[in-house]
Amino acid sequence: MRVLILALVALLPMSAAASGGKLLATPGVTTFEGTAGGGIVPWAMLAGYATREETAVSGFVTTAPVDDFRLDAAGLAFNLHDRVELSYARHRLTVEPLSTEITQDVFGVKWRLAGDIVYSRWPQVSLGLQYKRLSDPSIAFAVGARDEDGFDAYITASKLHLGAVFGRNLLWSAGVRATRANQAGLLGFGGDEDDDHALMPEASLAVFFNRRVAVGVEYRAKPDNLAAVTEDDWMDVFLAVFPNKRVNVTLAWVNLGEIAGTRPQRGAYVSVTGYFH
Amino acid sequence: MRTWLALLLSVAIAACATPRPALYDALGGEVGIERISGRFIAAIADDAMVRPFFAHSNLDRFHEKFSEHLCDIADGPCDYAGDSMQRVHDGMQVDEASFNRVVDLLIEAMNDEGIAHGVQNRLLARLAPLRAEIIYR
Repeated sequence: MRVLILALVALLPMSAAASGGKLLATPGVTTFEGTAGGGIVPWAMLAGYATREETAVSGFVTTAPVDDFRLDAAGLAFNLHDRVELSYARHRLTVEPLSTEITQDVFGVKWRLAGDIVYSRWPQVSLGLQYKRLSDPSIAFAVGARDEDGFDAYITASKLHLGAVFGRNLLWSAGVRATRANQAGLLGFGGDEDDDHALMPEASLAVFFNRRVAVGVEYRAKPDNLAAVTEDDWMDVFLAVFPNKRVNVTLAWVNLGEIAGTRPQRGAYVSVTGYFH
Repeated sequence: MRTWLALLLSVAIAACATPRPALYDALGGEVGIERISGRFIAAIADDAMVRPFFAHSNLDRFHEKFSEHLCDIADGPCDYAGDSMQRVHDGMQVDEASFNRVVDLLIEAMNDEGIAHGVQNRLLARLAPLRAEIIYR
């Protein structure tokens, strides 16, 4: 994690020269899983400002200190001609009650199948795959998970409607994910209660106050595979700021519900994405 | 969650129900559109990225036709009688990035003319469908 963050800081000077051809804010922000989206829900946009003729590299860091845990995430995303996005994220969940950490790697690929978030009549639609692997599955296995790694697949549709709400731009995104991840993989994959992939809906809604500031809400349904502990759906409300095409900053309040038998986990969420090339 | 959705939905419905001035008037009528158009074309002539696309254009005629087109699109008392967007851009191979650059220059021109954000978006929403007739021709 430290190495990744240092690498991202080292890349920062490159961002001075970055200039992709997408309109400001149209790549969205970066999810904690490393793909373009909101904070917890992937959107159909691909990370970075690359258009058909261009490629882009971006990096992010996120921290979400909730009541008894802290999730830190950092990663990189590559946009190839606004058709394919490759992403990597590293997660570190600090479990305060146990004074321990859980870490996992998330490798992602997302294909833009059709549409353009701004210009097409129909929404932009993308298909994504994520492979996640825990560094040490002992906590996951202790709570009843079956595997230390797993695949998620999702399809998502997103659309920006120009001037739709009091002249403000409205963005919506809706998707469905096939997953057997417990707490997004941090508690492993599959479980004693349910071991199969289940289809989980995810959605976001946001309004742009102006070209640089958006507020929104997100919801991500989650499976509940483990007999020993309950898993709840996640939600957040967020404020995203896009001062220019080189950086965005997102602040949110998240409610992650019960995690591994704790009280509902709520707290702040801060994320920064830098666009390097 | 349900409360949030209900709130956003009611905001959306209220927005649709509120009467608003004609777009043409909100853009400042004939004078306002002429001024936006003038600033926009001056910015294009100044921009290294998109200037080459306009190298063979007569900027005076472009100013006149673009103003007429905006007036027509904004429901003003004009009837755009120029060439179709497809015909104008035939053979130009305008790419996505250059198209968006031109959109940014139009937004900047509207900002400089003090056009409210909401009014800008109403105009952009009407112009957006034209992109398909303009890029990669």
